[in-house]
Amino acid sequence: MSNEKGMFGVHGSGDTSGFGGLVRSGASTGSAERPYGSYFDEVTDELERAYPEFSDAIERVVIHCGELTLHVKASKLVETAFKLRDTQSLRFEMCLGVSGVHYPEDKDREMHAVYPLLSLTHNRRIRLEVSVPDSNPHIPSLVEVWAGNNWHERETFDMFGIIFDGHPGLTRILMPDDWPGHPQRKDYPLGGIPIEYKGATVPAPSERRSYR
Amino acid sequence: MTINNDAYAPSQETTEGRVYSVTGGDWDSLVTEIGQAKEERVVVNMGPQHPSTHGVLRLVLELEGETITEARAGIGYLHTGIEKNTEYRSWTQGVTFVTRMDYLAPIFNETAYCLSLEKLLGITNDVPVRASEIRVLMMELNRISSHMVALGTGALELGALSPMIFAFRERELVLDLFEYISGLRMNMAYVRPGGVAQDLPKGATKRIRETVSQLRTNFKDNARLLIGNTIWMKRTQGIGYLDLAGCTTLGITGPVLRSAGLPWDLRKTQPYCGYENYEFDVITTESCDVYGRFLIRMEELEQSLRIIEQACDKLDISEGQPVMVADKKIAWPAQLSVGKDGMGNSLDHIREIMGESMESLIHHFKIVTEGFRVPAGQSYAAVESPRGETGVHLVSDGGTRPYRVHFREPSFNNLQATSAMAEGGMIADVIGAVASIDPVMGGVDR
Repeated sequence: MSNEKGMFGVHGSGDTSGFGGLVRSGASTGSAERPYGSYFDEVTDELERAYPEFSDAIERVVIHCGELTLHVKASKLVETAFKLRDTQSLRFEMCLGVSGVHYPEDKDREMHAVYPLLSLTHNRRIRLEVSVPDSNPHIPSLVEVWAGNNWHERETFDMFGIIFDGHPGLTRILMPDDWPGHPQRKDYPLGGIPIEYKGATVPAPSERRSYR
Repeated sequence: MTINNDAYAPSQETTEGRVYSVTGGDWDSLVTEIGQAKEERVVVNMGPQHPSTHGVLRLVLELEGETITEARAGIGYLHTGIEKNTEYRSWTQGVTFVTRMDYLAPIFNETAYCLSLEKLLGITNDVPVRASEIRVLMMELNRISSHMVALGTGALELGALSPMIFAFRERELVLDLFEYISGLRMNMAYVRPGGVAQDLPKGATKRIRETVSQLRTNFKDNARLLIGNTIWMKRTQGIGYLDLAGCTTLGITGPVLRSAGLPWDLRKTQPYCGYENYEFDVITTESCDVYGRFLIRMEELEQSLRIIEQACDKLDISEGQPVMVADKKIAWPAQLSVGKDGMGNSLDHIREIMGESMESLIHHFKIVTEGFRVPAGQSYAAVESPRGETGVHLVSDGGTRPYRVHFREPSFNNLQATSAMAEGGMIADVIGAVASIDPVMGGVDR
């Protein structure tokens, strides 16, 4: 993930703190090794059995915070989703939407889409994650698999500019139709103006000192 | 005819035929012209300023006579950019923002956010028992106040005025408790990462028990008014039909899912905050309609009261135990106290950091202005809010601020069912259908 330099987010002035040379590279969670524990082995085994192209479609298996994440290739997303939904031993009947995440420093995989899945039958949760380059942010739509993803995909398009191919009507949903840009991308400014309060001026939130 | 130039009902030719735009005023000219048209097809824009759309919801209804052939919901009128804003604040400040999303269920937003954050921090099991008990207590009180608005406004929108008077009377009792406990009636920012902002006031359980018995008596008023009421049943039975297959494919949770007969309640199926230690029932109906959802909410009130009573018993036992995680690197430096203007630093704490201990001042300064670092990664935690699954997806890059906060709002998701529930029905029934989903626009638009 991101690389941070310095400690207090101050740039362009002398390094009085002595922490200016500090470099922190954000750790990314590595792939998990078997056995995964919990029901995660069973879910991956069952998916592997039901889906012959598993090794091609699933790029990475990550276990973090007691949650299973399957990183899926964008081109294989719909097939994987159908298998996860329809296989008797998996039965992920519900998709709880899409959450976009923008990682500008993850080269050629800047745009991530995260799908939390829920199986009512087996009382299990897993997560799918798809990453695509910012230059070509196309992900196949999952509306044909879970119709409830309709608005969630519209929201992710609206906020991140990820284009969901095959969506029945991919238009903005929260922002006005003619809004320029996609607000929740990291390169989109928060906005805000300095506020004067009791004689002092409080800068806009994005201009305040941040302790990175 | 010069109807084309009518100031109130201009019309234009399109490929699909003549389209009229009516902005109010002269209905006579519209009626005259429609009388000459071959088919009766009117598009009505209901909302976003309309008293029965539950806030700023806009419904675009295509009608044939009084039958809805197509219903679409337009949202975004209350979009406030809370998710983006939290990326510019510390993790603790995030609580103050997310509480304002679904403003009728603030405690659920806070708890879901904190549970997800605690997962990322790896302190889920370190949260004190008493803090979880207080969270359960507050959530169930909040469920009552939220269901009261759902019932009250739902009935009001269908033309029954008295239930709303009763419902808001009950809600007021709960809000008084919130004010007594947290200093604020709504948007309390009371649940904090690692625990809660402050312990209950002395003698709180006694007062809560009194309110519970008061509420139990009061709930009978609305039950007597509505359950079995012929008019109410005619307006709600068989209306807004959505079966189990429809619910799962649309990702519907909460009372709407339970009205399709599936006893899915995260408090039972995937317990959090120690819900496995409480006795309560999951209420379902098989009717898949507005009346079924109404009955579920009515019955859930009683279940919430049961949980509150058990929570009070547990809180009596855990009196004096901590309500914030022991790790000083995460815990807020002091318990807050309720003053005249709401929640704030207690005088004891001010005295300590300003007059007694320099180290305390430094510690306070570090935690309050800088915040704590959260290990990089992502997590998802969900709670059963009054409207369904409120899920929080958090991403951290290892810093003191969230990298991404995403709320999976049940209102936002469930509102998609409007079309499925309303199409093919009468225009008057769309009101009941939307009311039974109980969307809160603050949550829908965030």
